[in-house]
Amino acid sequence: MKLAGLGGIVFASSLSGCAGLGGRSEDFHFVQLSDVHLGYNNPKVNPDAAGTLQKAIAATNALDTQPDFVIFTGDLTQTTDDPKLRRARLQQFREIAGGLKVRQVYYFAGEHDASLDRAEAYQEVIGGPLYYTFDHKGIHFIVLDNTSDPAPILGAKQIEWLKADLARQQKDAPIVVFTHRPLFALSPQWDWATRDGQQAVDALLEYTNVTVFYGHIHHEHHHRTGHIEHHAARAVMFPLSPLGTAPQKTQLPWDPAQPYKGLGFRAVQAGNGAPRITEYPIRAG
Amino acid sequence: MRVLLARCAVALVAGVAAGGYLAAASVGAQSGRVALTAKKFEFSAAEIGVRKGEPVTLVLTSTDFAHGFSVPDFGVRADLIPGKTTEVTFTPDKAGRFVFLCDNFCGDAHDRMTGFLVVTE
Repeated sequence: MKLAGLGGIVFASSLSGCAGLGGRSEDFHFVQLSDVHLGYNNPKVNPDAAGTLQKAIAATNALDTQPDFVIFTGDLTQTTDDPKLRRARLQQFREIAGGLKVRQVYYFAGEHDASLDRAEAYQEVIGGPLYYTFDHKGIHFIVLDNTSDPAPILGAKQIEWLKADLARQQKDAPIVVFTHRPLFALSPQWDWATRDGQQAVDALLEYTNVTVFYGHIHHEHHHRTGHIEHHAARAVMFPLSPLGTAPQKTQLPWDPAQPYKGLGFRAVQAGNGAPRITEYPIRAG
Repeated sequence: MRVLLARCAVALVAGVAAGGYLAAASVGAQSGRVALTAKKFEFSAAEIGVRKGEPVTLVLTSTDFAHGFSVPDFGVRADLIPGKTTEVTFTPDKAGRFVFLCDNFCGDAHDRMTGFLVVTE
């Protein structure tokens, strides 16, 4: 399957011992877009804040093979204390995202969209449940919500829901989990963790073919907990310093010599064998 | 920085006057009771100085939101409910400079709501 000629970088997620996504699925690919932060305004970090999402959407539309679906993994908008402005940003986001060629688009909230009003505006404008599942070509997809409470938690109710859903799956079923924050404690010092995420990881560890895709940390990152791989995506709006490269979490300044550096999206080829991740940059035109 | 130091000085005076607490400020290694107030989007001190091996009680309040207070390196955290005083006591068992932060998302500048616990020998 040829994804695109846009200069994507392929990350083959076939780490040693990884079971991948199973052997009874049909090949397809999906696109993950994350951390759009529509409404963000800091020209020193992104002087094209009003136009970057459109570029990401145009790049997705330009893929040689269109994905089966696109999923936005949270922080669709930049937070605001103003409920009217929050709704306006979500509405504007929805209108711009409507420019995607692919018609099957999934969404879920990040803390910027949902934490301050427990997802009231998000559910009004974007709609749908905050955590849910769907099945596509033999793969079971699970969307988890760790942002609609101001605390970075899943909560007991959702964890029980997850366990009940998993109980209906075969132990070797191909499962993909989407979440905004990392489920594992990547860096609690930088607020990069889910307080009760280990309970979800423990439940998922009982299944042999699980892969997690998330956002929140605004740069590409790959990690394993046992046999489960966790892949963080680049942001659409602004990059954050990776761990170990700055004393504190830092929004990286715009580099005029390399505009949109660190921003991007990814395509994931799923189906038989290990998922293959292709990272795409966002470019000026 | 001048603003911060001025604010800390006020906190020091207010804290001692209010209950004999040590103020939460960059005042060097201290142990005992340390007062710290949270509000959007800052704590009343950028640094808390304590001594390794000596118990410290943090006396935590919030003026405007159910902020979190967390020192991940010591497994210390609490929710700060406005109008309530929350106390957490622990004994630092290692020296160094450790991040404390608000870990309940509180708004646009939530990410800046951090400080350091400085533990000296």
